[in-house]
Amino acid sequence: MAKTKVLERKPLSFAEKTFLPQIVTGLKTTFTSMLQKGVTLQYPEERPTIPDNYRGVPTLVKDPNGREKCVSCQLCEFVCPPKAIRITPGAIDTDAEPERAHVEKAPQEFDINMLRCIYCGLCQEVCPEEAIFLQDIFSLSGYSREEMINNKQKLYELGGTLPDKHFKWDKKKSAEAAGNAH
Amino acid sequence: MEFLDASLPYIMPIVYAVLMISVFMGLCSYSVLAERKVSSWIQGRVGPNRTRVPLVGHIPILGNVMTGLGLFQPVADGLKFLFKEEIVPGHVNKGYYYLAPIIALAPALTTMVVLPFGRYVDADGITQPLVLANVDLGMLIILGISSLGVYGIVLAGWSSNSKYPFLGGVRASAQMISYELAMGLALLPVFMWAASPGYYDSEGLFVEGSRYGMSLFGVVQSQQAAWTILWQPLSALLFLVALFAETNRLPFDMAESETDLVGGFHTEYGCFKFGLFFVAEYAHIIMGSGIFVLLFLGGWNFLPWVADPWGDGIFGSVLSVAWFMAKVFFMIFFFIWMRWTLPRFRYDQVMSLGWKILLPLAVGNLVLNTIIIALYDTLTR
Repeated sequence: MAKTKVLERKPLSFAEKTFLPQIVTGLKTTFTSMLQKGVTLQYPEERPTIPDNYRGVPTLVKDPNGREKCVSCQLCEFVCPPKAIRITPGAIDTDAEPERAHVEKAPQEFDINMLRCIYCGLCQEVCPEEAIFLQDIFSLSGYSREEMINNKQKLYELGGTLPDKHFKWDKKKSAEAAGNAH
Repeated sequence: MEFLDASLPYIMPIVYAVLMISVFMGLCSYSVLAERKVSSWIQGRVGPNRTRVPLVGHIPILGNVMTGLGLFQPVADGLKFLFKEEIVPGHVNKGYYYLAPIIALAPALTTMVVLPFGRYVDADGITQPLVLANVDLGMLIILGISSLGVYGIVLAGWSSNSKYPFLGGVRASAQMISYELAMGLALLPVFMWAASPGYYDSEGLFVEGSRYGMSLFGVVQSQQAAWTILWQPLSALLFLVALFAETNRLPFDMAESETDLVGGFHTEYGCFKFGLFFVAEYAHIIMGSGIFVLLFLGGWNFLPWVADPWGDGIFGSVLSVAWFMAKVFFMIFFFIWMRWTLPRFRYDQVMSLGWKILLPLAVGNLVLNTIIIALYDTLTR
């Protein structure tokens, strides 16, 4: 067992007994802290810097060509613990986007119910197309339940374009054209 | 015209009184703002900086500065108190419950009648105080009436029929009565020195010396050379400590004790009645600051041993008032500054400080000064 060392306490001097020098020191301390610059962030006008790996509101992103990345595989819908994601798969309109005809599928509807979402990031983790990302939006509010359901259009608005260099489907198409699919 | 001339002596005092009350209430609301702002600066916060009044608040640059300093905040605070739902708990003693805030505020406002805040030189070349009522016994009136404020607190605590307010009221009354003694005793030496003692002339006849008695104006006039705090530091310290206790400010916030008694005596009060208590607290602080400045910090005299650089005219009067106000503002700042510097006392510590230290010191100080004055008079006559 460690030995306790009893420190000798010096008796208080007369000045210390009156507390007055201590009060003056305290006044100095508070005064200097008053003159220091504040650290307050004026919130709605000033925003904190959000780190890159922050898990904010889930969003859908487009590839560098501005095309839809999601292929409606519904993995995120299956993995979502609170069942916040609802996807209606659909075909790609080959007339409107002939260069994406070989992708076969795209979501017709893509709803994320933000009242259910728990920001766990499993959807981002599971997505084989890197189409869904939890980005830096940290405050989300609405006046009704309907407003809190992000539809496809809203999700792409929030998500924007991610400058990655994968071009998976372009490579697949050129490989097919060269006659060595798969 | 004749009627106007005849009624003027009756109307003017009312006009002056209304003016003074408006200025004083304005000061009260702005010291609430000062409290909030200084508190936040000391704690590294920003404080109220969002309230904006239309038109004035939208002047370019200036409007933003005023909003940032929270200059419109008192308006919002006051309106909030006015428009909140007025809840009266079912268990209170109605009559006294309504009476208490009024009794708390009235004495604080009454004392300002005898508080001089500047000086002017009248047609005969005699310096006169700027004051609503120039009474010889000004200090006695202030001591007497301001301590009536404790009735407001006691009544509030008692009529609330609830244990926390009751404890707050009991503590407040005990504390105020204890510190009143030390306060009064700490004041006496100041007046003994300020009122010049009589002396015997060359033929052995007594010439009456004291022209002022307990008049606050006399004390200020006697400080044209040396401020009282410089040669009566002990009296000043005793009075200041007692003042903090009398105004129920931290470290002596026994009446409120928000850390252990919820809100103390005003726990059961809401909306405008609480607002009245709030204003009364700040009115006491302003009055206390004013009295401390008059008694110890030279009132409107410029600096120790430096003659007033302003003249005798209206300009000089205005500057004397401004200088007095500057000192009062410093004291209000000091009150707030102290609040965030010292931790609060426990109730028994407050009592032992008051009775075992302050009171004996004040008595000793009085006796010492009496002996010195007696020796001085005997030796110099």
